[in-house]
Amino acid sequence: MLASFLQFSMSGLTVGAIYALVALGFTIIYNASDVVNFAQGEFVMIGGMVSVFALAAGLPLPVAGLVAVIAAMLVGVALHRLAIEPARGASPVVLIIITIGGAFAIRGLAQVLFDKQFHKLPGFSGEAPVNILGASIVPQAFWVIGGAALIVLAVTLFFERTLLGKAVLATAANRFAAKLVGINTGFVTGLSFLLSAAIGALAGILVTPITLTSYDVGTLLALKGFAALVLGGLGSATGAVAGGLILGLCEAFAAGYLTSTYKDAIAFLVMIGVLLVMPNGLFGRAQAERV
Amino acid sequence: MLEVRGLRSSYGRIEVIHGVDLDVGTGEIVALIGANGAGKTTLLRAISGVQPISAGEIRLEGAAITRDAAHRRVAGGIVQVPEGRQVFKPLSVEDNLRLGAYRRRKSPEADVERIYAMFPILKEKRLQPAGGLSGGQQQMLAIGRAIMGDPKLLLLDEPSMGLAPVIVGQIFEVIRTLKAEGVTILLVEQNAGAALAIADRAYVMETGRMAMSGIASVLAADENVRRAYLGI
Repeated sequence: MLASFLQFSMSGLTVGAIYALVALGFTIIYNASDVVNFAQGEFVMIGGMVSVFALAAGLPLPVAGLVAVIAAMLVGVALHRLAIEPARGASPVVLIIITIGGAFAIRGLAQVLFDKQFHKLPGFSGEAPVNILGASIVPQAFWVIGGAALIVLAVTLFFERTLLGKAVLATAANRFAAKLVGINTGFVTGLSFLLSAAIGALAGILVTPITLTSYDVGTLLALKGFAALVLGGLGSATGAVAGGLILGLCEAFAAGYLTSTYKDAIAFLVMIGVLLVMPNGLFGRAQAERV
Repeated sequence: MLEVRGLRSSYGRIEVIHGVDLDVGTGEIVALIGANGAGKTTLLRAISGVQPISAGEIRLEGAAITRDAAHRRVAGGIVQVPEGRQVFKPLSVEDNLRLGAYRRRKSPEADVERIYAMFPILKEKRLQPAGGLSGGQQQMLAIGRAIMGDPKLLLLDEPSMGLAPVIVGQIFEVIRTLKAEGVTILLVEQNAGAALAIADRAYVMETGRMAMSGIASVLAADENVRRAYLGI
């Protein structure tokens, strides 16, 4: 009883940590530019796929991971420069459609550049499961949870302790005033894409030893991350992380105690349920504007 | 300090500034008065680089800045206190002030203290989000944030709008202090009486054109200005 509860909790937290990182990536770009970037899942895919192929090419794992992060950041900047920036001033719906188009393009390129197979990275600390109170847990789960916690901490410190981080927040709060204090708001938006791409890629590298990766894993991850984002409250970093973890746990418990057939539907049922009761999400601010 | 020549600007297809000239000399306070919709705010925004222009030229200390992005103009010393304060509401008072010094390389700590000495209420509320401040306090913060940018030319857009008379007095006092420190100021005001009293020279703007300009005290005595803008 306890063993299975622990088992489901750990797998929920592991997958939830990944949703949380995807949702955090969404939040950073959304705050800096009002764009909901549905290509966020593709950064996770790039992180996994590039690592796999760089490793196969003979690079050691840490270097392969670094290459993958840099590749994702380049794609992030290209997405911003080539697709988002030229459409500056377009309505949010148009921008969302553009990011979906960007996601299709990235996925298509990945299919051509890599292949259509599933790939796996070796676990960072081996594959032998650890037995904790009857639950058997793969060591990579600790890497995922610990790594995600470190990334969230680093992002928090960036926003709360550095002037550049504050400049991103200021741009999010009032783009016009940000320009008037001398913030290069175009640069800040580009930076947010860079940062989100790096976070996504790291998530992909961390999780690939457990969930495998292929050219098309980004779609569902983006949808789940988006569900986590909406669940937590659009624009709130705390909400994004909490939403991701809650979603992961719900999925794991539903799959474990009920049926795994509808595992992927659970995320969206939870999202719809919460939205009915709390339209701004768990941590969202009310949309009212003081005039 | 600042020269504007033949400036035109539009919102979409509607032109709102039809070719204006404006000069601000070093160390001067120049007032820009006129009715609502005359184009005063648009002109200030064009000078700051946040409003596109369709023709004309802007020079700062002789160098053309017409094509420069807004953040470069801030680095060059043009800092604006925009209409309606526009503080960063979710950020703390102190973060707002620090961001005012974003374009400066050196640490702004001493200047933060200077702003607190100018507006002690801001020090009391330094860790609170700026959105929770009263209108007058937000205006003080917006001015403080601009001073943090170490302006050569300070553009003030309606600093007295919607504020209690005692706060307005305090803000005009700060404007005098800044002038005494050598900051050049371009002041847009609906409160034409107060603006003309503090300014060296003034421009009167009407529907996108400069209608009159001259020594502030002379304009304040002008029959037409008195009738149209001073309500006398």
